[in-house]
Amino acid sequence: MSLLELKNVSKIYGNLHALDNVSLTVEKGEWVAIMGPSGSGKSTMMNIIGCMDKASEGEVLLDGVDISKESSKSLTNIRRDKIGLIFQQFHLVSYLTALENVMLAQYYHSIPDEKEALEALEKVGLADRAKHFPSQLSGGEQQRVCVARALINYPEIILADEPTGNLDEANEEIVVELFRKLHEDGTTLIVVTHDPEVAEVAQRTLVLRNGKLDHETVNKNFTGHIKYNL
Amino acid sequence: MKKRKMYMRMITASLLRRRSRMIVALLAIAIGATILSGLVTIYYDVPRQMGAQFRSYGANMLFTAVNDTFSQEDVDNAVAVIPESQRVGVAPYRYETVRMNDRPVLAAATDMEGAKSASPFWRVNGDWPSADGQLMIGKSVASLYKLNPGDKIEVTYTPVIETENSSSDEEALEENADEEFILDNYIDFEVVGILDTGGNEEEYIYMTLNDMEKLTGKANYYNVCELSVSATADELSVYADKISEGVEGINARLVKRVTQSETTVLSKLQSLVLLVTVVVLALTMICVATTMTAVVAERRKEIGLRKALGASDKSIIGEFMGEGLLLGFAGGFLGAFLGFLFAQGVSVSVFNSSISFRPLLLPVTIIVSVVVTGVACLIPIRSATDVDPALVLKGE
Ligand SMILES: Nc1ncnc2c1ncn2[C@@H]1O[C@H](COP(=O)(O)OP(=O)(O)OP(=O)(O)O)[C@@H](O)[C@H]1O
Ligand SMILES: [Mg+2]
Repeated sequence: MSLLELKNVSKIYGNLHALDNVSLTVEKGEWVAIMGPSGSGKSTMMNIIGCMDKASEGEVLLDGVDISKESSKSLTNIRRDKIGLIFQQFHLVSYLTALENVMLAQYYHSIPDEKEALEALEKVGLADRAKHFPSQLSGGEQQRVCVARALINYPEIILADEPTGNLDEANEEIVVELFRKLHEDGTTLIVVTHDPEVAEVAQRTLVLRNGKLDHETVNKNFTGHIKYNL
Repeated sequence: MKKRKMYMRMITASLLRRRSRMIVALLAIAIGATILSGLVTIYYDVPRQMGAQFRSYGANMLFTAVNDTFSQEDVDNAVAVIPESQRVGVAPYRYETVRMNDRPVLAAATDMEGAKSASPFWRVNGDWPSADGQLMIGKSVASLYKLNPGDKIEVTYTPVIETENSSSDEEALEENADEEFILDNYIDFEVVGILDTGGNEEEYIYMTLNDMEKLTGKANYYNVCELSVSATADELSVYADKISEGVEGINARLVKRVTQSETTVLSKLQSLVLLVTVVVLALTMICVATTMTAVVAERRKEIGLRKALGASDKSIIGEFMGEGLLLGFAGGFLGAFLGFLFAQGVSVSVFNSSISFRPLLLPVTIIVSVVVTGVACLIPIRSATDVDPALVLKGE
């Protein structure tokens, strides 16, 4: 059974088909990139997979459960238990420290554990910034805190919507390297990106256009390491 | 347990680290709580304070004699019924007709200190008699005799030999008639003050009990006793009944005009205080609700994020409510003390007396503040749960 399966999924706003009859499957442990022009429906799709929005039509099977039929309350539970989210705008709580921000995800998931949270920050190389507030961190550091927060509860699937959109190359590389480690640990990754270099490191790239799945490319020599065309 | 700790850490961090907004709400609650605790203090203190104030309108209880006169012992027994702390003034009066320049004048003798406290509204041009030989005269008497403070006047008294009562002694009276001159008692007084009340008190002259005794040769009896008691109308009637029943020779009654106006003014004042308190609490509630609405709007992204991280509506409500209630607690705590200072200030400047802190007011103020804040937060916080978690994936 695939971890994630979309069957003829559409999201319709008025007469706009933000997603139009999309079908795809993602296997457990896969690293998938999603590309496409602005307004093609990438974020819409991520919202649906991330249990933050419901499809207008079609079925969305996550771990065999059709989440398009679930109530918003059980969607919250599924999101909490199975999904880690990383956003372009980081979205850290400004009045909590880096450590507390990571612990926030634990808090809603189960019980906050300072030691474990600190380990997660260590994984993203920010152990020494644990007591800093987001405003005291660089963009790259903030995004790494977000990665730590996303992985803290061992989600089955990490959804990243333009995680490197606000980062420079050096930080982009650090984040991609973190993804590679997560992938090695067996975490399923779906990464929306505008950046071909970030897409190329994934095992497979889906391209959306006007809400439809346009085409798909498979990275035959997948290493998980970013290659810059110098 | 661990979770609780994180919860407390979050809500305190939110309050302490994002101060600006919360200070407005805290201020609103603290001011509301200040007014609340201050006015409640005053509310409970007003009867006492105003009671003392009202005592300036004169006696509110009157002793009259069952048979013509009563004695000092009767007065003492009767006054003992009233708790000492409530006695403002006790003025037993003895009246006699005396003569000045051969014209009859009504003379009153009393305990001057008692009279001063029982009738504080009496205006005296000059001084009250403070020693024997000093006389205070009513304004009418003063103008009749053209007397001013500092003048000397002789007061004479003819011991009573009443014709009606001693019809059998009529002859003796006739015999004594030319000795009348010898029998007259007299005292040379110095006029020390002119009494101005606007009432019939102005038709009397006032001397000490001692002088009256010297003048008449009779001691220890009174016709009337005026009392000023700092008590509610209900308490007063209880005292009056007790005295009338328990003390022979004395009939106690209330000066209705005074006690009734006291009661109505008091109840009006108290309902005014109550009204102001309710209005202030309502305003506090509106201010807190407005601030909370702004806070929720300001933190939509954060709410969306929390939801994206798996927060249920219940925990979102719990967190915002926690912040609100903590704020209510802090504001109430602050307000309870500020309120005491406020009440103290009012009491000192208006009533000229200080009040003691009521410890019970601290928990009451805190509880009311917490409840008011909680109610004020209900609607804004409900709207927090409407925030869509998908919000966080949308760019700014
Ligand atoms: N809540 C909404 N109501 C109406 N239309 C919406 C809503 N959300 C998204 N859309 C529309 O759906 C389409 C797809 O939007 P979406 O955010 O998925 O694009 P995207 O591929 O993520 O674009 P970008 O690369 O700019 O982030 C857009 O045309 C957008 O205007
Ligand atoms: Mg998008």
